[in-house]
Amino acid sequence: MSSTHAAEHAPDHGHGHGHDDHHELGFWQKYIFSQDHKVIGIQYAITGLTFMFLGFCLMMLMRWQLANPGVPVPFFGPLLQTIFTPFGSSVFSNDANGHPGMLTPDGYNTLGAMHGTIMVFFGVVPVAVAAFGNYVMPLQVGAPDMAFPKLNMASYWTFFVSCVIMMSSFFVHGGAAKSGWTSYPPLSVISDSGPGIDPFFNGQTIWLLGMVFNITGSLLGSINTIATIIQLRAPGLTWMRLPFFCWTQLVTGFLLLLAFPPLEAAGFMQLMDRAFGTSFFMPTGLLLNGHLTHWSGGGSPLLWQHLFWFLAHPEVYVLILPAIGMVAEIIANNTRKPLYGYKAMVGGIFVLGFLSFVVWAHHMYMTGMGAKVSGFFQTTTVMISIPSVILVTALLLSLWGGSIRFTVPMLFATAFLPMFGIGGLTGIPLAFNSTDLYLHDTYYVIGHFHYVVAPGTIMAIFAGVYHWYPKATGRMMNEGLGRLHFWLSLIFINGIFFPMFLQGIAGVHRRWYDGGVTYEQIIAPVLHWNNFMSVSAFLLGAAQFIFIFNFFSSMFIGRKVKNDNPWDATTLEWDTPTPPPHGNFIKDIIVYRGPYEYSVPGADKDFTPQSEAPKSDKAATAFPTHALAH
Amino acid sequence: MEIPHTVTARPDTGLYNAKLAIWLFLASEVMLFGGLFSAYVFLRMGADDGYWSHGLLNVPVGTLNTIILIASSICVVLAWAALKMRQWGRYKLYLGSTIALGAVFLAIKLGYEYPVKFEHFGAFIKKDKWAAYEQYLGNDYLAKQGLEPRPEITGHLHEVEINVADADAGLLDALIKKRNLEISKSEEEGKVLTVKVHSPWDAEALNKAPGAITNPQEGDPAKWVRKDPGVKMVAFEMALDEVNADPTNSKYDKPSFMPRGLTETVATIKAEDVDTGGWGNFVPKHSPFLAIYYAITALHGLHILGGLVVFTYFFFFSEQLYRRNPEHMANRIEVVGLYWHFVDLVWIFVFPVFYLL
Repeated sequence: MSSTHAAEHAPDHGHGHGHDDHHELGFWQKYIFSQDHKVIGIQYAITGLTFMFLGFCLMMLMRWQLANPGVPVPFFGPLLQTIFTPFGSSVFSNDANGHPGMLTPDGYNTLGAMHGTIMVFFGVVPVAVAAFGNYVMPLQVGAPDMAFPKLNMASYWTFFVSCVIMMSSFFVHGGAAKSGWTSYPPLSVISDSGPGIDPFFNGQTIWLLGMVFNITGSLLGSINTIATIIQLRAPGLTWMRLPFFCWTQLVTGFLLLLAFPPLEAAGFMQLMDRAFGTSFFMPTGLLLNGHLTHWSGGGSPLLWQHLFWFLAHPEVYVLILPAIGMVAEIIANNTRKPLYGYKAMVGGIFVLGFLSFVVWAHHMYMTGMGAKVSGFFQTTTVMISIPSVILVTALLLSLWGGSIRFTVPMLFATAFLPMFGIGGLTGIPLAFNSTDLYLHDTYYVIGHFHYVVAPGTIMAIFAGVYHWYPKATGRMMNEGLGRLHFWLSLIFINGIFFPMFLQGIAGVHRRWYDGGVTYEQIIAPVLHWNNFMSVSAFLLGAAQFIFIFNFFSSMFIGRKVKNDNPWDATTLEWDTPTPPPHGNFIKDIIVYRGPYEYSVPGADKDFTPQSEAPKSDKAATAFPTHALAH
Repeated sequence: MEIPHTVTARPDTGLYNAKLAIWLFLASEVMLFGGLFSAYVFLRMGADDGYWSHGLLNVPVGTLNTIILIASSICVVLAWAALKMRQWGRYKLYLGSTIALGAVFLAIKLGYEYPVKFEHFGAFIKKDKWAAYEQYLGNDYLAKQGLEPRPEITGHLHEVEINVADADAGLLDALIKKRNLEISKSEEEGKVLTVKVHSPWDAEALNKAPGAITNPQEGDPAKWVRKDPGVKMVAFEMALDEVNADPTNSKYDKPSFMPRGLTETVATIKAEDVDTGGWGNFVPKHSPFLAIYYAITALHGLHILGGLVVFTYFFFFSEQLYRRNPEHMANRIEVVGLYWHFVDLVWIFVFPVFYLL
């Protein structure tokens, strides 16, 4: 690395100098138990993308059942039945004609619960927050690494342990958790218990243990993220020069930091209910099969819902904020224009972050918590649409008048806007408790939040992967395959989720095991959409193989990048060598300007990197010297 | 590669990295304990009149523990100040005192407070049977005084009467022998036994004794189906706490500072008059009060334990860093000291909320 020798007081200096970089790390320290934020970011990305694919597969099995109730799943059903039956799992069984591979009602519930859990906690958050946060954010703030590299490694491996625990639940007697990703008691306290089921090694208890580890890893990571952004910004990188993606990571870090612990507390309490027979969530006089349960009672099922949604609503913004951050970076880069309303957007995400802590009970209008409480949460929920609209409007206006380069990441980023818009606008009827009473627990809700997370966040994740792939590997992903992947994904993902609004308004309930055949008389006009949606899902799944192929093959045969800044971008991550070495920067990084100086009038090229020193003396004096003082 | 600001503060934030991180960590800890305390509020507000235990905990012991923790917090500040003044000997003295005080706190919690509860016995009487136990509950008197009713009879369990008609005789005998229990009375041809117990754990074990096998012709034990329940509780004979022995005495109208004792008065309570799941020793499952009490104090105890582990590590392994970079060592003690103050602060909430209110 740098030949400049760092003095003994090097810690005061805002960028990395090689002391120990020359000594070679072994394979294990370099790639497995690495403390390098980039390797950890890639570990998160690979783990998270794998889990996203797994969660998607669970959903495809469910969609088969919804479109073809009671028909064995072709090929995979018998295969999975052969694999899982020896473990005492009843996800698949023989159908009425004795053919193997039919999804059982319990199996359907298991897949539903695990699809939600995996997608949210093991797929999207690890990729959108942890992977991009780890890889891109320290580069964008000009830091040599995260503030606490060992802690960073610890958070990944805590997360990894939680993955192993969660996956092991598929192989215990009785199968994995089946009480929904929300795990509502009293059902979740009673389920996975009884004769033949181990009191500790059963689906729901393992789910809780896995969540406790997942939360712990997430807390460690969020502390690291916040500390890095606050403490390790390069000299000159003042707050209003911070790339928007880092702002979203900062707010996301605070959401994770403050919203997750109550769920951890709730997880402990549900563990105690299950393992030690306490009654935190078990009401007095609960009957099970006509008999009083042995719990002492006096607990409150509503308490769990409060603690759960106190996390799970901010979690929605944890899912969406990094996505908006990535989209903002990509839009500014590809429109060759500064973001429209950067300061308003920064203000917007702070308001959004704050309000997200006071809207949680809009998930609970049906619980009978009272009209006054509902009224309060309805008001705050409607208020939170204001910053959300500011963000989307600013991004939309950023496109105005730009000469847009429709690169593959830009295609995904532009698609994100209407998709997130649909997700957001369909949320408004759910915010009002009078309309929510009708729409609650219908497919309308499923359509709404999936539009935010799947065509929204996951589109942004793809955009991010295509955008930063050349920095991480030194090669571009294939453009043609990328476009094919984009268009197929966009079409089929809408094919899955748009009909959900139609079904939901017609009253199709989200938890029907047979896709609504039992209630055919009521929902006949929309029942046929099940087939359409399922076929879309399978085709969407098939389209992802294009991405998987492109992702791996481009590592070896992709076009090599011409220089360290293939997209002509302004932010600091493009100032590193490609791929960046341990310690990141090989030159001293000083920031002289804001993050999006594209197409500056009078400049000799259409982008001015943040680290480029101003030419005129006038501009030099405009630079805040106090930031260099240390 | 060198991470900036690991020891000296960044000028614009005035913090070194670890100090910022510990404050962030403590913010998340506030939310963690906040979640549990909000559960406390929820459970307490949802409890029926009389079902939330007041004055159950030993206030003098709690006061002592409060003083011990505050003293340990002072010691850790002094240890940090000693490092700042580069006084190695005093640092060791104060850090050692912190560790000792923290250990005494844990010893009182685990060696006295918890075990005493595990040996205590209580039974919640069904609401429609309160009249039958008026002499122990005094609910008429309490109603006249405008006080909350008293649904529970507490004390020390001496004997249980059990119906063993459905029990697996061999396994039950083995259990009685293993626990060294004495059968004082046997009625109805050995179907109803009165068993002297050493502690409520014995009653719990007897209650869970396996039932007789209904299908012994199935040779494979995995296929056996047992009668459930195997043992039915019939009655509990217990020495009463003084509150239940003399329930109409006005001195019991309010919780007292000094803990209340046990009397010689013996009472028999029929199991059928007791709420489902409403009898047993004072373990977490006994009542929501005890559940949240154990949850919060156990989590707090784990935090104490974690702090002690770190302090002990520093006690033995900090000299090298101190010689090389004393400021860095002082920072470490400052950071873990901040954590220790927080753990102390949690106790400052726990003590009034559980012991006094």
